[in-house]
Amino acid sequence: MTDIIAEANQKALEIIQNAQPTLVGLGIAGDTLPGMRKDLILHAGPPVTWEKMSGPLRGAVMGGLIYEGLAQTPEEAAELAASGKISFDPCHHHDAVGPMAGVVTASMPVWIIENKAYGNRAYCTMNEGLGKVLRMGAFGESVIQHLRWMEQTLYPVLKEALEIHGEIDLRNLIAQALQMGDEVHNRNKATTSLFIREMAPSIIKTGASQEDKVAVLEFLNSNDHTALNLSMPAAKATLDPVGKVKHASVVYTMARNGTEFGIRVAATGDRWFTAPAEIIDGLYFPGFTMEDANPDIGDSCITETMGIGGFAMATAPAIVQFVGGTPQDAINYTKSMYEITLAEHPIYKMPSMNFRGTPTGIDIRSVIETQIRPVINTGIAHKDPGIGQVGAGVVRPPMACFEQALEAYVELLEADGLLE
Amino acid sequence: MALNDLFTQELKVINMGLESFHDELKSQHVQTVQVAWKPRAGGSQKMLSLLNKLKKVSSSKEKAG
Repeated sequence: MTDIIAEANQKALEIIQNAQPTLVGLGIAGDTLPGMRKDLILHAGPPVTWEKMSGPLRGAVMGGLIYEGLAQTPEEAAELAASGKISFDPCHHHDAVGPMAGVVTASMPVWIIENKAYGNRAYCTMNEGLGKVLRMGAFGESVIQHLRWMEQTLYPVLKEALEIHGEIDLRNLIAQALQMGDEVHNRNKATTSLFIREMAPSIIKTGASQEDKVAVLEFLNSNDHTALNLSMPAAKATLDPVGKVKHASVVYTMARNGTEFGIRVAATGDRWFTAPAEIIDGLYFPGFTMEDANPDIGDSCITETMGIGGFAMATAPAIVQFVGGTPQDAINYTKSMYEITLAEHPIYKMPSMNFRGTPTGIDIRSVIETQIRPVINTGIAHKDPGIGQVGAGVVRPPMACFEQALEAYVELLEADGLLE
Repeated sequence: MALNDLFTQELKVINMGLESFHDELKSQHVQTVQVAWKPRAGGSQKMLSLLNKLKKVSSSKEKAG
């Protein structure tokens, strides 16, 4: 005889373990994302107003408005954003996720991922590459030009190529990459390489010009993070059905908007539990220090929520050169995550852990009980709009998110008459 | 083993609690391991009381009944 919580958590766990996230196509956000429209801007993390947005999120919003042709200059964009004529909403409220600032506007192309086991879909923009990019809060002319190239060249070529190739099983791609030294959040070298290997022949078969095909292949190859924007929606598609499991104490969303960190728990559905986002301990690019850093930002910790990224760092020792620490630290991070999760993933396995599965199913009870918070590796954005990335490191969610969630969880079970 | 024998042989120490004991021994080249340990729920009475409430959850059979 099992208790209600154990039964619900088993159901949540099975949903994560049985998910089949699959890349099925590309579309334009305005035509594809539920509820998307021209005067709506999506962003990473829990809900936030323009007044409370951090520098990089403001920068990305301003860039997004210029890209959409709704403003001509950064000043005009800031004025429009503050005017109340533009609405803001989390990506998560529209079945989407976005790295760092996570800004999605109506004209942006998005990857379409379907969870074949449960029929739900998740979306994510295409990765822009490194350097001065919108997701890090940069909005200069080169950023906007690059977004236009992605919409007008990269998108149609990849859309046609994927139609030629057919669907791509992302669970399989992630499982392979985890055995090739990626933890599939901040190290995506293997994931991206495998993706290019799959797609290259189909890109060549498209009707695009030789020049465009070369440009697309060169861009994909130049950007190790190409596959991040596939693993994120794969994790989102995996976890979203967990949000409907009554009475489960499993976390199905972790996300940051640069001001606050928010989590959502299965039992309490759409409700966010938030607390101020923390500053990241990490390695800073030359010329930058912690003083320049914006607090934690981005939806990319959806990967950790599924049990990869920081949870799978043992399999990606090389990543410590990017986020700081030693290979032993990476192993310790993974080991400690087994303390707060329900089980191991049957398919996402790590050779360096003697092929143990990745720690899966974060249980808020265990986080509170052990005081071990989930470990997340992440990029660091400059605190001012328009600058971009300044480093990378390791961060954890504020404990207050889990404390609030536990309190609400107990209240809910009491209200349902399930506690003696 | 007599207590005095303890001080005449090589020590291997597992330390739990105050980390300064671990640090001191380490500085004297004694093999020591610090146990990563925290009180349950960090000792928070409020969180402990919530966790204890969850221990009294109904079984699925009771719910069905």
